[in-house]
Amino acid sequence: MDSLDDYQIPYGLMAEFDTPADAMHAAEQVRDAGFTRWDVHTPYPVHGMDDAMGLGNSKVGWFTFCCGLCGFFGGMLMIWYMNAYDYGIPVGGKPNFSPFASFPVAYEMTILSGAFGSLFGMLFLNKLPRLHHPLLKNMRFADVTHDKFFVVIEADDPKYEEEETRALLKKAGSKHIELVNE
Amino acid sequence: MANHSVPSSVKIAPPPEELERPALVENNRSLGWISDTVAGVIENKTPGWWKLTFGISLLVSLGLPIGLVYLISTGVGVWGLNHPVAWGWAIVNFVWWIGIGHAGTLISAILFLLRQKWRTSINRASEAMTIFAVMCAGIFPAVHVGRIWFDWWLFPLPNANSIWPQFRSPLLWDVFAVSTYFTVSVLFWYMGLIPDLATMRDRFRKVAGKVVKPAAKMRNKLAQFLYGLFSLGWTGSNRHWRNYEKAYLLLAGLSTPLVLSVHSIVSFDFAVSQLPGWHTTIFPPYFVAGAVFGGFAMVMTLMIPLVSLYKGLDEIVTIRHLEVMSKVILVTGSIVGYAYGMEFFIAYYGGNPYELYAFKNRAFGDMNWSYWWMIGCNVLAPQFFWFKWCRTTPWFIWVVCGFVNIGMWMERFVIVVTSLHNDFMPGNWGYYSPSWVDMITYFGTFGFFMTLFLLFCRFLPLIAISEVKGVTPQADPHHPLGGAKH
Repeated sequence: MDSLDDYQIPYGLMAEFDTPADAMHAAEQVRDAGFTRWDVHTPYPVHGMDDAMGLGNSKVGWFTFCCGLCGFFGGMLMIWYMNAYDYGIPVGGKPNFSPFASFPVAYEMTILSGAFGSLFGMLFLNKLPRLHHPLLKNMRFADVTHDKFFVVIEADDPKYEEEETRALLKKAGSKHIELVNE
Repeated sequence: MANHSVPSSVKIAPPPEELERPALVENNRSLGWISDTVAGVIENKTPGWWKLTFGISLLVSLGLPIGLVYLISTGVGVWGLNHPVAWGWAIVNFVWWIGIGHAGTLISAILFLLRQKWRTSINRASEAMTIFAVMCAGIFPAVHVGRIWFDWWLFPLPNANSIWPQFRSPLLWDVFAVSTYFTVSVLFWYMGLIPDLATMRDRFRKVAGKVVKPAAKMRNKLAQFLYGLFSLGWTGSNRHWRNYEKAYLLLAGLSTPLVLSVHSIVSFDFAVSQLPGWHTTIFPPYFVAGAVFGGFAMVMTLMIPLVSLYKGLDEIVTIRHLEVMSKVILVTGSIVGYAYGMEFFIAYYGGNPYELYAFKNRAFGDMNWSYWWMIGCNVLAPQFFWFKWCRTTPWFIWVVCGFVNIGMWMERFVIVVTSLHNDFMPGNWGYYSPSWVDMITYFGTFGFFMTLFLLFCRFLPLIAISEVKGVTPQADPHHPLGGAKH
């Protein structure tokens, strides 16, 4: 009978590094080799890593902007509907709706929905929450939130060839390279 | 990209030693030491002092349900309110607590935008302080309305009378400002916690095999499950960090105008009315400066004992941090002192006899004790911080901050009560004293606040682990300690 391991699907190759500089140089080499499905895992955001990985600007800002805009106009519309259209409350001969008196509330609504847009936009773009991940089963990977740096190249990558990729990561200076299963 | 890197012909020398800034974490500690130290607070046995203070806090917090149940079942008459002072301790306490919250947001948002890296050591605990302070603040306006079962009329919800809230009232602006402030503070705080919750998840996972006792095994399983659930599957991926940092920056950018608007709107509760002593254009900036001043004092009141009680934290929150915060207190205290002087000048220069009377009455009338307490604690006490010894001696800072906390409460008392008790017509004048219900409710909020804060210290990383790691030299890939080869 085959062992269970024979049926396991490889997730990718995981290479461990001790310093942020080593991980960054490795990332530059992986980027230049033309890989697309790969990632660097670090205990804190390493500055310069986005360039080393060849990533552009994040798109979270669009979520913030659109949600904030909706919050502002939604707030204005709500106040107009409630105080001027549905049930006018005349006080002291003042107009039932004025953008100036409505501004503080609409402003707070802008910030409120902008903040929701930022957090949930970030989670959406990161495809989080994800409560299961092949890497999270690996004990060595647990140090990623402690003091180690990992470069992971997924087996799904069109350029992935186990031996060649392993050699690339070894050349980049990793002392520990491991195949992680799905 | 390749074109971003420096050409190899250019040699970058490290900065001269005298220009190198002192490290934020002392003794050149490693990245792992930072997580070990901060997580140690959660993993080690519950200290005796924690149990003692937690018990006392829980006992004091009983004042809150007792005071509130008596108030709600009987009516607002159980407070010391009467004609002409219809806003007493409840509003004073509301403004005081919400002001305390502002320092947390200032540290997490404004200092982040200003690239003040030292903020990373204190931002997590200050943000927690913000959230708990706003919770305490929110209790007072909710119960002071009298018939609290109609509180939901403050929100734009359809009701049987088909009447909507009146959006031209600053009191309603305040409802939106405070509830937005609370929600955004919670979102910001939680987002900052995600990577650190992942650290805790992984730490409990690493030791899971070594745990033998059944009770400890259960605890370990529960910790792994809860930290794992709330860290949302964080793997420290750089593709994630990229969006995370952008979202963090945007939240900081949103929180900065938010925090300025919240205390401005709180000040509108007074400034938009017609009462001498309240009807002043200086209120928004003066309230915001006062809020930052009082809030920083509360941050130090909490952090100084914590840092001395937990081993190792004094290398992350150092004397340098305390000194910088003392300077912020000195600056904002002086701004507040300037505002007190300017108010008096405008009362004289404005030529309005009622306004002038209101200010003379504050300083020399029958409630002058509150005014001079305010001046002593808020304007004079922080002046000690001109001297380096005073800024670098923790116990001394702690004492001054205690006075600042008292002084800021007195300031709100001066604004709310002395303006109301003697207004336009002498026939309308009266005195104000709080009742015992006012007092136990207020002290009850202290217990409530401390209970929540102690629980936070026990179960969540009270220092932002990943952020502190990010500001050490060994985290910088261009620094020799980060592995860069020159």
